[in-house]
Amino acid sequence: MSAVDEVVTEAPAVEAVPKRAMTLGYGTSLVMLALFLIVPLLVKNFIVFQLTMLLIYGLAVLALNILTGGSGQFSLGQSAFYAVGAYTSAILMEHAGVNYALTLPIAGVICFAFGFLFGQPALRLSGVYLALATFALATAMPQLLKLGYFEHWTGGVQGLVVTKPDAPFGLPMSQDMWLYYFTLAVTIAIYIFSVNLLRSRSGRAFMAIRDNEIAASAMGVDVALYKTLAFGVSAGITGVAGGLGAIAVQFVAPDSYTITLAISLFLGMVVGGVGWLPGSIVGSAFIIFVPNIAEGISKGLSGAVFGVLLFLVIFLVPHGARQVAIVAQQLVGKLKKN
Amino acid sequence: MELFTNQILAGIATGAIYACMALAVVMIYQAIDHLNFAQGEMAMFSTFISWQLMQWGIPYWGAFILTLAFSFAGGIAIERLLFKPLAKAPILTNVAGFIALFAIINSVAGLIWDFTIKQYPTPFGSHPFLGSQLISTHQAGMIGVTVLLLIALYFFFQFTRIGLAMRAAASVPESARLVGINTSWMIALGWGMAAAIGSIAGMLIAPVVFLEPNMMGGVLIYGFAAAVLGGLTSPFGAVIGGFLVGIFENLAGTYIPGVGNELKLPIALALIITVLVVKPAGLFGRPIVKRV
Repeated sequence: MSAVDEVVTEAPAVEAVPKRAMTLGYGTSLVMLALFLIVPLLVKNFIVFQLTMLLIYGLAVLALNILTGGSGQFSLGQSAFYAVGAYTSAILMEHAGVNYALTLPIAGVICFAFGFLFGQPALRLSGVYLALATFALATAMPQLLKLGYFEHWTGGVQGLVVTKPDAPFGLPMSQDMWLYYFTLAVTIAIYIFSVNLLRSRSGRAFMAIRDNEIAASAMGVDVALYKTLAFGVSAGITGVAGGLGAIAVQFVAPDSYTITLAISLFLGMVVGGVGWLPGSIVGSAFIIFVPNIAEGISKGLSGAVFGVLLFLVIFLVPHGARQVAIVAQQLVGKLKKN
Repeated sequence: MELFTNQILAGIATGAIYACMALAVVMIYQAIDHLNFAQGEMAMFSTFISWQLMQWGIPYWGAFILTLAFSFAGGIAIERLLFKPLAKAPILTNVAGFIALFAIINSVAGLIWDFTIKQYPTPFGSHPFLGSQLISTHQAGMIGVTVLLLIALYFFFQFTRIGLAMRAAASVPESARLVGINTSWMIALGWGMAAAIGSIAGMLIAPVVFLEPNMMGGVLIYGFAAAVLGGLTSPFGAVIGGFLVGIFENLAGTYIPGVGNELKLPIALALIITVLVVKPAGLFGRPIVKRV
């Protein structure tokens, strides 16, 4: 059997999503925005904190969604980029005394560079191999952070404590509340950026690569450039999310950024619907609240409950929250007609 | 020089663990074209079953055979129930499925047998092997079993009808179906065999790393690294890859300053990425050619 005879007809890694289906309409967007603005005023501080984490993980899932839903590349290694962002922010704030808001763009830029560089070897890999390489990256990251060489900066196993910022201009707001609105502003800015990115020339190039790499290169898309660019953008956004996460949790330590985090983000994307940007927030809610619910159902079996729920999603609603949203939309349409 | 030879010997001994795991990884990759991220957990669960059987008073080899049968059946059941319906789904969905399986098995094992570390017996004893302090009889036994397994697999795939049918189903499913091979069941068979091989790996590894639900974490990454190094399409390559990874790990630990226990996983990472970039097909794998 000679090697050349072998023909592999591969299914695409990700099912195609039409471009218009990737975002929400204006009306729905405004309703969502109003909800995000008003809800925190009505609830307790702890829930405000949870909502902040919801937005932060939402950003991280969104970043993965751009990579996978946009350009069709896999990553089980987002926790590594998240960790780099978190550490960048924490180190800048604690060692260099930089203002917390300024650390975020720096974290984003550093992660962009890191992701862009990691995208170089990843170029040669597709599908399963890419999942494997990023998986290895995520498992190796906590050990790299614990390294003795960097201990002066990273605090080694102990990690770093980060001070929580006060509300500026003497606003009468608790720290949690201020951080929530700050995160919300960053999230909205990045969401708008992402939507526009996917509608731009670069976004179309991503999607062309996702749907058929060979056809895309025949049309003059620089496949290597756009694939690494997608990795860079995704890593950059994840880095900003990581920085925000470090500020919100007030603590960074190597063991907060294990493979479990990467897997959670990946699951968040699957649950939210691959390639549907608003689904990121649904996916984020899934990974924040479902483990708690699972714990409530059975203490020892939380992992199993989580896994079973995931199988249910895969089998019943393979397109995640997007599918639910479309069905809901059709129902509303029918009701209106009657 | 003596240090060098000793490190190589020690590397071969640890390499046997990775070789076993890599063999299981390659088996399933051959059958379904996916890497099973839950492979390590399946092996861990099988090992717990054998431990439980021994607790109930069944002798080692009896428990060994029963566990093999259980794992084989379990592998087929998982394929039939969970992954057969996903056969046509995108890779992404499959990866999510593996992760779900991982979470379920890990959690269930923790619930049944709790997370305390357990001793696991070895059938080979743990005396020094041939007077050497570096390789124990258990490790020698492990190497022996791995090599035997490889030879058995070779004969199975080369000289039996069903082995031939499995190879056909994996490489050209359409044509295989046309000559009357039930390709769907061949995949199930692949799952069963991979689960059984994984259980052997688990039972051999358990005396070294001790038995607990998270015992396979690091081993699986090294198994992946070994499989990638040897080539994901070649069982022989996987075993050689396993030994090479073991040797490499030991030598790097001895001769490169600053590489201690804490850098073991980053080494595996560097190895995986280097191999994938320099020689994606691995040392012994066939390059995959796509028709446009």
